[in-house]
Amino acid sequence: MSSSKKIRVLVAKPGLDGHDRGAKIVARALRDAGMEVIYTGLRQTPEMVVRAALDEGVHCIGLSILSGAHNALFPRIMELLKAEGVDDILVVGGGIIPEDDIPDLKKAGISEIFGPGTTLQEIVEYIQANVKL
Amino acid sequence: MSVTELVDGVLSGNRRYLARLISLIENEDRLAQDALIQLYKHTGKAYVIGVTGPPGSGKSSLVTKLTAEFRKRSKTIGVVCVDPSSPFTGGALLGDRIRMQEHSLDDEVFVRSMGTRGHLGGLSRAASDTVRVIDAFGKDIIFVETVGTGQSEVEVIEIAHTVIVTDVPGSGDDIQAIKAGIMEIAAIFVVNKSDYPGADKKVAEINTMLDLDPRERAWRPPVLLTNSRTGDGIAELADKLQEHLKYLKDSGMLEQKGLQRSREELQSIMKYKLTQELSQKLQGKPEYEKAIRMIAARKKDPYTVAEQLIAEFLFSEIR
Repeated sequence: MSSSKKIRVLVAKPGLDGHDRGAKIVARALRDAGMEVIYTGLRQTPEMVVRAALDEGVHCIGLSILSGAHNALFPRIMELLKAEGVDDILVVGGGIIPEDDIPDLKKAGISEIFGPGTTLQEIVEYIQANVKL
Repeated sequence: MSVTELVDGVLSGNRRYLARLISLIENEDRLAQDALIQLYKHTGKAYVIGVTGPPGSGKSSLVTKLTAEFRKRSKTIGVVCVDPSSPFTGGALLGDRIRMQEHSLDDEVFVRSMGTRGHLGGLSRAASDTVRVIDAFGKDIIFVETVGTGQSEVEVIEIAHTVIVTDVPGSGDDIQAIKAGIMEIAAIFVVNKSDYPGADKKVAEINTMLDLDPRERAWRPPVLLTNSRTGDGIAELADKLQEHLKYLKDSGMLEQKGLQRSREELQSIMKYKLTQELSQKLQGKPEYEKAIRMIAARKKDPYTVAEQLIAEFLFSEIR
């Protein structure tokens, strides 16, 4: 019964960054779009993010970061996923991420980066359109 | 992925396969049932502990602390935590993992969150089968954390050997303690947040309620004070849990509960299958549609028609 399939998303904040207002608002928007959102809280290591994503069977990981450590943490998460043989989880990011950094993050396997000013609707629609169920 | 791969993966302790199988169970995939059929004989070993109580009464924190305590006692742990799905969008915010971060990289702990997906009773439809596959996976103790419950979500007692009901100081007067429902399913009461004012009063109210219980019981539910922040009372609670399990075994209650559970489960599966079969057979049948119109027009009554249709479509081949 594929009708009972639901998009499951892990919303995670990797690294040392205490600002989770944005992550919570995005989590709420995804919930309101009918998705099951697993929110893990602050200060996650890449290992914790990947473990939670795999155990929870999510289709998408949303990473929120405002600390500036995205160039180190995002690619590390992609490496760990690759080491686990995972290639069917959509990974997106958001937060304060300079334009110049985006090409390399995408090269590392992050599908999309949502900066300030992105509407919640854009994020919801992007996930719905690109997730592999 | 094949059923054999899934089953072998789970039995060999590969958590990726366990996670995959739980997703299949939640999505009511046919593959899940085939895997459950093969895994069934490997289940029945885990000690299943239900944790229920009002929202914000510290269930997740308590489970986290108990997990730490039982890890010290060399037990492996599974956790199934249920949060409500929206009745409007079907979406859910599953936040129980937030409290469980300290165990997130422990290989001997497996945590899975799920939304109720429209199911009432405090759990999700998939919860019981999920507990079963974590059992087959080999975890010693499985915690089942219900949604924040009100008064009558008592389904957890059907799948747990021991139910902990949590409460906090200052939550309602002594009348709340003598109402029917959730207060009756506890094997152990926990008054959490013991540093809040009114904790002792809460313990006294629950004890008074227990004094009035007319049932002759060999196990009187103890009322324990805990503090999930400081860890006070957690070791005592873990001791009580082990004591309760021993009591269930020694008194024959464990066996009795197992029989009861199997009876209820068999009945519920049969009911489900019969309903499925009947609706499949009636689907699109002209006499079915015609009967509905006759009932709506008050030319026939639904009671007689139901019996006729069941006799005709469900039992005709059997006779």
